[in-house]
Amino acid sequence: MAKFSRSGKKDMPELSTSSLPDIVFMILFFFMVTTQLRETEPLVSVRVPEASEIAKLERKDLASYINIGSPVRSKQAEFGTDARLQLNDSFKNVDDIRDFVAAERENLSEADRSFMTVVIRADRDVRMGIVTDVKQELRRCSALKIMYSATAPVQHEF
Amino acid sequence: MANKKKTPGINASSMADIAFLLLIFWLTTTTMNSDKGLQRRLPPMPEEGAQQEDVKINRRNIIQVKINSNDRIIAGGEIMDVSMVKDKIKEFITNPANLETLPEKEMKQIEGFGEYPVSKGVVSLQNDRGTSYNAYLQVQNELAKAFNEVRDDFARQNFGTVYNNLDEDKQKIVREAIPLSISEAEPKDVGRSARR
Repeated sequence: MAKFSRSGKKDMPELSTSSLPDIVFMILFFFMVTTQLRETEPLVSVRVPEASEIAKLERKDLASYINIGSPVRSKQAEFGTDARLQLNDSFKNVDDIRDFVAAERENLSEADRSFMTVVIRADRDVRMGIVTDVKQELRRCSALKIMYSATAPVQHEF
Repeated sequence: MANKKKTPGINASSMADIAFLLLIFWLTTTTMNSDKGLQRRLPPMPEEGAQQEDVKINRRNIIQVKINSNDRIIAGGEIMDVSMVKDKIKEFITNPANLETLPEKEMKQIEGFGEYPVSKGVVSLQNDRGTSYNAYLQVQNELAKAFNEVRDDFARQNFGTVYNNLDEDKQKIVREAIPLSISEAEPKDVGRSARR
């Protein structure tokens, strides 16, 4: 009995939390390295459509983005609400795609150029007219690998 | 010696809290914009001046899927809902009963597998300039789903598992046996061409 009571009295050694900050910092750094900050300010609002058969883009570094949608609210006074094209960080026309694709190609290494993927991030309410124009222009620039950006459908529970 | 006692170690227990705050700040402000979507390959632009050759395709080998400016869908001559497109396309690709009206099949030698009757069917997708992007992508999605399901069936029959679980070589066999033959027609402006 005495034996037990003595051992019960003995304080539990406190759990050392001194390494907790290190662990958390490690997670923090992991996130800082893996996430990329959006380098361009969105000028058009894009709500991509939902699709179930989507596949992940394997090489993110080979992707260049074409955003299509109506201008964000703060730009609507200037540019209206009609669907516009955004390349990098300015509104552009379909004719500018040629230069854009050429510049993006230039950024890639020789070996990767043929794998360049153009990601079309178009709003779900956009009409196909502008998308078709973009596609035709891409064909003309022979940037043939494209991806229609989409999100996984939200699972509705019944 | 008395001095030494007066400098206690800095209490670092709040360090974890600070780090957590930073972490949570980072988590909420960054967006994990993982790029997902439907990958497609555009057909190359025909050379300018080159004679536009009409490739003769047997009528039974082609199914037209059209979406008009009101997002209404017509596939193979029937007006239908998006949800019905998949089954229509699946029936079209597989042609299980070898009907006269559905695509013919051609025996093809597939490397590493053997002979397989590959369907000659082509899905032709046409849209109007007024079609909404959402409707277009829904149809694209249904087409992809139809092809994926047929591929999965094929993979399950021959390799015992779904397409995604196969290794690269076997996936290639499946891709060759069931090619993703979606053709997008040259854009047409229905409204304008009517006036011409």
